[in-house]
Amino acid sequence: MTTAVKMQLAAATLMFAVAPWVINAAPHEATMGLVYKIYFFHMPSAWMFMLGAIVAGVASARFLFTKNPKFDATAVAAAELAVLFGLLTLVSGPLWARKAWGLWWVWDARLTSSLMLFLIFLAYLLLRQFGGPGSEKLSAGLALFGLANVPFIYVSVNVWRTLHPKTSVVPTLPVEMGRPLWFCVTAFLLLFLALLSLRSSLERQRARIDALYLAEDEA
Amino acid sequence: MRAFFRVAAFVVRKDLTVEVRSFEVLSTTLFFAVTVVLIFAFGFVQEGVPVDGVAAAILWIALAFSGTLALGRTFERERQADTLRALMLAPADRPALYVGKLAGILMLMALVEAVLVPMVGLMFQAPIFVAPGWLAGLLAAGTLGFAAVGTLFAAMLVRARSRDVLLPVLLYPMTVPVMIAGVRGTAALFQAEPDLGLAQFWLALLVFFDAVFVTLALWTFEPLMTD
Repeated sequence: MTTAVKMQLAAATLMFAVAPWVINAAPHEATMGLVYKIYFFHMPSAWMFMLGAIVAGVASARFLFTKNPKFDATAVAAAELAVLFGLLTLVSGPLWARKAWGLWWVWDARLTSSLMLFLIFLAYLLLRQFGGPGSEKLSAGLALFGLANVPFIYVSVNVWRTLHPKTSVVPTLPVEMGRPLWFCVTAFLLLFLALLSLRSSLERQRARIDALYLAEDEA
Repeated sequence: MRAFFRVAAFVVRKDLTVEVRSFEVLSTTLFFAVTVVLIFAFGFVQEGVPVDGVAAAILWIALAFSGTLALGRTFERERQADTLRALMLAPADRPALYVGKLAGILMLMALVEAVLVPMVGLMFQAPIFVAPGWLAGLLAAGTLGFAAVGTLFAAMLVRARSRDVLLPVLLYPMTVPVMIAGVRGTAALFQAEPDLGLAQFWLALLVFFDAVFVTLALWTFEPLMTD
């Protein structure tokens, strides 16, 4: 574990420990009251989910065209994080929606495209797990195609009208709500970065051990 | 450019010759597609009357299912005889091989559609002749999108373990836009007052999807299929 990772982890832990007070200090929203505070957890998760998917897609494309296993390790780590934060997003979203809309789930563009992206990265992990030798390339192709697919899923579902609050809501938030939001986003981002470098170095070591075993078998 | 299409044409001819000798993939896929529609008919036809507005969905679901089966079988044949390796060793453009395989799958699926569409029209009282041009356009664009992604994934999976399970697992989430656009567009044509504007929107989305994913597939086929 490098010093940078240790510092990221320490900072993230500290921020997560303080987060309940910061969130508690934020004012109540007029129509939703207390429930809207799930948002401080939901939105950073959703952003990290997207970030994970983008990092995995870009790293996969670079792996395909450079064949450098370094990028593959990054892609695996990012894909696992995408699934982790995707799960957090998909669990915290309905909890809020049940109170705010009275429904657990609606087939709105953002919800559906998040679900499909989540499924694509879940398929990515299944492929890594059960695809056998050579599945790194396959899964790189999958991540690349999955990322290219997002705008299509979004547009195609969007025609069923959207219920989800628009992204443009973020800059218009009052300062008292914006501050805890950015606090949470920073905490999530630090956690994301620390996990990403830990997991990808683990994956690089695993690949190296595999290569050593293989070399010994051949010798 | 001419060499590219010549190679693609050779691959198509090879696949057609193999298929014509046995009709293995076509006959099994066709039979499977028909049984899928029948199963839906048992589920959705109540007291002799089909549930409103299900015809489009059933048509596209049957296409996706039978398409997956055809993709799996076509490449399984290549794997068993180890002919995919031979193809890859040939001094030819890799993307041309992809285009050849894709064209073969498209022909197969077009034949299946030629049976499926009238069958859905008959069993679910869908007005398939109201806007035949638009329906054909939606089917062609949707099939191309589905097969473009499917051919690439099936080719990649040839060397993977548990490939028969993984193909649908990878393919269905990826082709969700095709399913939504195909089903919505066809439903717009099948309703009492066909909505051509809506069908046009979905057709445009499908064409755009095809353009992006065929390009991506041609671009990634070479690195994906190289050991």
